[in-house]
Amino acid sequence: MNAVVRSFVASLPSPWVSSLRQLKAKAVRTAQMSWQQRHFVPAAIAGEFRSRVVRSKIGTLWFVLHPLAMALIYVLILSEILGAKLGGVDKPGAYAIYLLAGFTGWSLFLEVLNRSMSVFIEYANAMKKINFPKVFLPAVVVGGALVNSLLLFSAVVFIIIFYDYFPSIHWLGIIPAALCSIFLALGLGLTLGILNVFSRDVGQVMMVVTNLWFWMTPIVYAKTMISGVALSILQVNPMTPVVTAYQDAIVYGRWPDFSSLAYPALLATGLMVFASIVFWRASPELVDAL
Amino acid sequence: MSGKPVVLALQGVSKSFTQYRSNFHRLAHWLGLPVGPRSSADVIRDVSITIHQGESLALIGQNGAGKSTLLKLITGTMAPTKGSIEVTQSISAILELGLGFNMEFTGRENVRHSGGMMGLSPSQIDALIPEIEDFAEIGEYFDMPLRTYSSGMQARLSFALATAIRPEILIVDEVLSVGDAYFQHKSFAKIREFRNSGSTIILVTHSLGDVRELCDRVILIEKGAVVRDGPPDEVIDYYNAVVAEKENAKLSIEQRRRKDGWLHTEFGDGRARMRNIDLFRPGESSPVQLVSVGDTLEVMSVIEILSPMKELVIGHRIVDRTGHVVWGTNTHHSRQVLHDLETGQVVNSVLRFECDLGPGSYALCFGLHTQDTHLNDCYHKAENQIVFEVINTNRRFFIGTSHLEAEFTLTVDEPAPVAAYQAG
Repeated sequence: MNAVVRSFVASLPSPWVSSLRQLKAKAVRTAQMSWQQRHFVPAAIAGEFRSRVVRSKIGTLWFVLHPLAMALIYVLILSEILGAKLGGVDKPGAYAIYLLAGFTGWSLFLEVLNRSMSVFIEYANAMKKINFPKVFLPAVVVGGALVNSLLLFSAVVFIIIFYDYFPSIHWLGIIPAALCSIFLALGLGLTLGILNVFSRDVGQVMMVVTNLWFWMTPIVYAKTMISGVALSILQVNPMTPVVTAYQDAIVYGRWPDFSSLAYPALLATGLMVFASIVFWRASPELVDAL
Repeated sequence: MSGKPVVLALQGVSKSFTQYRSNFHRLAHWLGLPVGPRSSADVIRDVSITIHQGESLALIGQNGAGKSTLLKLITGTMAPTKGSIEVTQSISAILELGLGFNMEFTGRENVRHSGGMMGLSPSQIDALIPEIEDFAEIGEYFDMPLRTYSSGMQARLSFALATAIRPEILIVDEVLSVGDAYFQHKSFAKIREFRNSGSTIILVTHSLGDVRELCDRVILIEKGAVVRDGPPDEVIDYYNAVVAEKENAKLSIEQRRRKDGWLHTEFGDGRARMRNIDLFRPGESSPVQLVSVGDTLEVMSVIEILSPMKELVIGHRIVDRTGHVVWGTNTHHSRQVLHDLETGQVVNSVLRFECDLGPGSYALCFGLHTQDTHLNDCYHKAENQIVFEVINTNRRFFIGTSHLEAEFTLTVDEPAPVAAYQAG
């Protein structure tokens, strides 16, 4: 096996071999360093949660309350006042559940996106003073967001039980969708986050963009209500299948269309590769600009 | 020293901060497109330093010379643009204040948080916390939010945390200057303890006294390059001359090591010259090199005026082996400034003093300048011009650099007469 690898390496052009060797040495060093400093990630996540509680009474609960309050507002306005109904489901509260399902999916995506855009600025102090592997930062972002998402999820479960909905095996279908949205957000967020260090306008623009993106995703309305150009926008939006998977599981109690997740998964992979390249090239300059 | 293993090797390290025409150019450059930076500012230029285990090294230089950047490169928080940095051992760095402390957390929470981010496990931190709390000596503030701390208290906490575990290489960047005298003393003791246990120390400081006390090697950085690298007295005296040079226009700096090991540094703009200077016992005609504690001595100087000047101040200093100033003053402070001197005039100066110094080797320095220090116009100045030895022949034994008239008074009280009381 080793001989095969060696002969393969020998057949490569020599500049490739030397940069591959460098890459391998760098990877080994990063792995050693990561293992030595593995306590960084839990300490940083714990620190983030502690910092949320430190000056507010219910601290981290706000993350749960915020989407719940948003869902409540939409339920009141759209369902109670405008009399919106969800096609295909007759159960009471179906629209409210539909909203909650969509919000749960969207908020995970949004948190990872927003946090990875600002993580370099938030951790500027630590990056300047402590030498740690920079890959820890995305890990901190994802770890924190997952904890928050689980909290929101438990709140949602609690609420839907009131409406006579119950968790089922189909909820496992949410996991691949969640993974897709995490990596989509991470790939996009890290690239933009690096740019954000050099120009804070990026963060401001993205606030508008994410707002627009929210409305281009079938969260408040159902995909079946849409036609024409708007529908083709929905089909281009990689978050559409992700959110739909949440709704399929929670509202309709069925398995999501896994093949529809291929598109966001592929896009997420591409964005992650792109982000890694930018990250690798930019990291020497990153600390200089902080 | 060279027998010890190398712990840190910098080879041809340069660091430049780049600027691009726009962020699109920057992004394009990262993606490998042929777009170069518009300009780059070199902060560190071609620095090569090899540091062996157990060395204690100071980086000195003026503000903006690149000392802190160099430390960041060594610590690894910044990447060099060119060159290589090889580190073989664990580094603990105290760069500026705080170690990434959170202002809202208490001292204890910050220790957990930052300690974890430094790579310590929760159980390790729990074991270290009593020691850290004890060393920082900030009392009940340890459980109060950091925003209520003074900068000195923050320095105490960060120093206590960074030195909780003995690192192989300890990097300290000007943190010590914030603490009060007591804590500075304590931190020095800790650093010395680390040094004696074999840690390598790298210190950035503006306090040259600290350097002489703690370090056996000094590197002078100027404009991002290593200008001098050597033993403390050599580099510090050169640095002082450089500082004076910045203030004065035309100076020539001369430096040589005397046969007796003292380093002689001489510089000045040449408008006045010390033609002759020596140390005498009053009334004797040949200079002395060996004196007794309490001798009366005279420093006789002959100064030539080489170009007309408004003002001349003559100053003398006595320093000990480590370069600490034992005593010094000048004619500005004694209100004997000479005014309006002409070319060709010769000034004779006699400084008489009681040599109440402790036994040891001392050096006499002089300065000819204007106003109160040589940082103004400096005509001629020399460090360690005359070296003399003080021995104790007629006083009781004592240590230190100063002889004080001191006397013990002892009394012994008899035990209290308990038995008599009982009998009564």
